[in-house]
Amino acid sequence: MTELLDVENVSISFIQYTQGLNQRNLKVITDLTLDISEGEILAVLGSSGSGKSLLAHAIMGILPENAQLNGKIKFKGKELSQEDKEEIRGSKIAFIPQSVNFLDPLMKISDQAIGHCENDAEKKEKRIKQREIFEHYNLGPEVDEMYPFQLSGGMARRVLVSTALLSEPKLVIADEPTPGLDEKTVKETLNHFRHMKEDNIGVLLITHDIHAALDVADRIGIFYSGYVIEIAETKDFSGDGENLLHPYTKSLYKALPANGFELVKGHQPLHGEIPEGCPFYDRCEMAFDRCKKERPELISLGNKKVRCFKYEEGEKNEA
Amino acid sequence: MKLKAENVSFKYPSAKEYILKDINLELDNNKIIGLIGDSGSGKSTLCKILSGYIQKYEGSVKFNEKEFPKKGFKPVQLIYQHPEKVMNPKWRMKQVLSESWDVDDDTLSEFGIQKTWLTRFPQELSGGELQRFSVVRSLNPKTEFLIADEMTTMLDAITQVQILDSVLKIVKKRNMGFLLVSHDMDLVDTICDEKIYFKDINGI
Repeated sequence: MTELLDVENVSISFIQYTQGLNQRNLKVITDLTLDISEGEILAVLGSSGSGKSLLAHAIMGILPENAQLNGKIKFKGKELSQEDKEEIRGSKIAFIPQSVNFLDPLMKISDQAIGHCENDAEKKEKRIKQREIFEHYNLGPEVDEMYPFQLSGGMARRVLVSTALLSEPKLVIADEPTPGLDEKTVKETLNHFRHMKEDNIGVLLITHDIHAALDVADRIGIFYSGYVIEIAETKDFSGDGENLLHPYTKSLYKALPANGFELVKGHQPLHGEIPEGCPFYDRCEMAFDRCKKERPELISLGNKKVRCFKYEEGEKNEA
Repeated sequence: MKLKAENVSFKYPSAKEYILKDINLELDNNKIIGLIGDSGSGKSTLCKILSGYIQKYEGSVKFNEKEFPKKGFKPVQLIYQHPEKVMNPKWRMKQVLSESWDVDDDTLSEFGIQKTWLTRFPQELSGGELQRFSVVRSLNPKTEFLIADEMTTMLDAITQVQILDSVLKIVKKRNMGFLLVSHDMDLVDTICDEKIYFKDINGI
């Protein structure tokens, strides 16, 4: 499998006005590292409001103006500049937005699926292709002439999915594709991702829904307080969670109603209140002294990654 | 205490078809009931009727054999899925809380609300933190019945346990009624004494 997308140490901060003309720099994502290969589904799991949607926006180059982006985003080994992003978004990288609100309410579905065309010939060609893909996703010819408000939630989702696939992308980024849908539609949406995987497309699934992530993803990146703290394999989320590495991931798994509904105290540090040491320090049961002052780096353990000193020590011991 | 819905039907004025038809439901404070249903099936509409939020419907809802008071505090309180949508964005959290009651420090610490959060605006807190406020706000001493409509759906598993654990403690202590509306079967099985499928009670 060739590597498609490589996100290295990305941080995103916003310049905010506090009072009058005073500004502050609010760090929302501090350190995000992940990679996706062809035909792989990687889920990024984080609580709502934790800033994970910004990752998608950063890759597509659609962050708002007051945002500051640091770190590297590489596509097929080449680092992307803003110009590159504008070039490949919508063609090699496609985005499935969160909701129908991203469709133009005053434009017919087929017109917005096709997008801008230079001439009639191109338009004709694209329309045939659009029809094919729509048909594949069970959207009849009548849908072409509809406006977004006439679609049901599930249909809208299919329109968004098929529109993303129209340009034959290598990588699909899906931002919260499941909330607000009933079980049947969720299953259907997740199946779309499985089909993409079969077609050797890489999928970045950004979600807070742990069930959806466990259902389709190959690996799961856990996002905590602006950090990726662990990239685990999906099969590790089983049994007692003994194969999970980071203490937060373990307690997250055990807090699921089906796995014991176990109570853990504490809360994630707020943006702007993130401590200098490990962000999980004050909730961690096995914290070392150095965790308070030093921030652990993301270390690789085979196919997995974890941000915790415990495993660094282990590595040293082995060496 | 008893919350009783008799032959409740509802349709939007412009719609031809009913969303809710002849719903009969009896809830009390002895058991925790879970209501399960698909999204878009009308669960939330029913919750709004049961809490006196929607007033134009057919049938009757009575709490302890009485209609809801027209004015003043309603004994049945509803907690929504999206806390950010039920708070005035221009109020600080302290004001959001005091709109309902004078919350004591014990309750604040029970729900893990930090003192520093009180001076913040809603947009400066995360969904999980806001939901804590939303719950605390609904726990006014005059509240006798609590309806949680997909209260923890947007939250991560850990926050879900924390909030539900605290709510259930208080519900037991004050002997309140509690209805949990959710689509998460595991959650309902874990918490509730009995479950009701929405499609079984809705007569359409």
